[in-house]
Amino acid sequence: MPLKVLKPGLLTTVQDLGRPGYFHLGIPMGGAMDRLSLRAANLLVGNPEDAAALEAVFLGPELEFLSDGLVAVTGADLPILLDGEEQPGWTAIPVKAGQVLSFGYLRSGARIVIAVSGGIATEAALGSRSTYAIGALGGVDGRAIAAGDVIPTGEPGAGKPGATVPEALRRGPGSPAELRVLPGLFWHWITPDAQKHFFADEWKVAPEADRMGYRFKGGRPMEFEPRERPFGAGSDPSNIVDGCYPYGSVQVPGGTEPIVLHRDAVSGGGYFMVGTVISADMDLIGQLQPHMPVRFVEATMDGALAARAERKAVVARIREALA
Amino acid sequence: MAKEIRSPLPGTFYRKPSPEAAPFVEDGASVAVGDVIGLVEVMKSFHEVKAEIAGANIAFKIENEDAVTAGALLAELE
Repeated sequence: MPLKVLKPGLLTTVQDLGRPGYFHLGIPMGGAMDRLSLRAANLLVGNPEDAAALEAVFLGPELEFLSDGLVAVTGADLPILLDGEEQPGWTAIPVKAGQVLSFGYLRSGARIVIAVSGGIATEAALGSRSTYAIGALGGVDGRAIAAGDVIPTGEPGAGKPGATVPEALRRGPGSPAELRVLPGLFWHWITPDAQKHFFADEWKVAPEADRMGYRFKGGRPMEFEPRERPFGAGSDPSNIVDGCYPYGSVQVPGGTEPIVLHRDAVSGGGYFMVGTVISADMDLIGQLQPHMPVRFVEATMDGALAARAERKAVVARIREALA
Repeated sequence: MAKEIRSPLPGTFYRKPSPEAAPFVEDGASVAVGDVIGLVEVMKSFHEVKAEIAGANIAFKIENEDAVTAGALLAELE
């Protein structure tokens, strides 16, 4: 079910579950910022759950279907319009060639996933169709979609028109959003008071938030424990001798504004990290709008692993519900 | 009924192209279709907000540098 792009939206990209295995070369995994929404949208239209779909942020695109099939929109909440008529989210919607999908103003969340029968079939790069725009890799010529693009799709599978993901299995951030953080290697660099404030303060999503990382502001600046600067580190107390940055790691340049690295993360650098957002909460970050209130909640390794298992169980329940 | 200009995006709204510059549109001015009335900053970039309708006597409903949500009312026109 190929698509013609009438309006591209703000920054709409082809995404699948990403290209793990190249981070040591500086190429991030990439892939959907909200992986559950990608899996669910694919299952709804009868695709393998790792098929490629479109991810739109804050502003939906306008797309014309060039053949009949199914479309599903998951993730953020906004009016979904087919030839101007509102359609339900998280549901397999039958469409005909020539019909136009468009969107109203965002109500909550930040990113939608638009999956179509057969999945997006742009050329894969390093094993994935995910668009990594900074590296001009994947997607449509390594970039966000543009007006006039015709986006190819694969062989349709067997989706059920009208199938829907039960509401209890959908997930979005609350207000304040709660992100669980496992304190990490450099946690002891900040004072016990600073450790307390990090979890006690309310933070807000800064405008500098994208697929590479989300910046937060509004909490108290961090005090550092006095220590001798390690050889090779910069002069700021938040500098380390360059190290690896995991996905979800929380770096705090200058001890002021935490940055959580996301799917298009840089692989390393010279800022200390207070910890890492647990994998189960990474999808929530993908649904945060600027200025939204956020709290960091202290996690343990056991808690993080239990939360990961819980997220896997939810995906399994969605598979069952749509089987 | 007043004509409305709404923000297409969530972010921070600016009435001026830079802190030292004059506003894109002064209060009470007339605007034509396609006129830039402000900027919304989100994801490290600034996006122009253009009037999709023409009108007179523009009245801004929010302040410079206010946080806005998608669909937030920015200004009314007569």
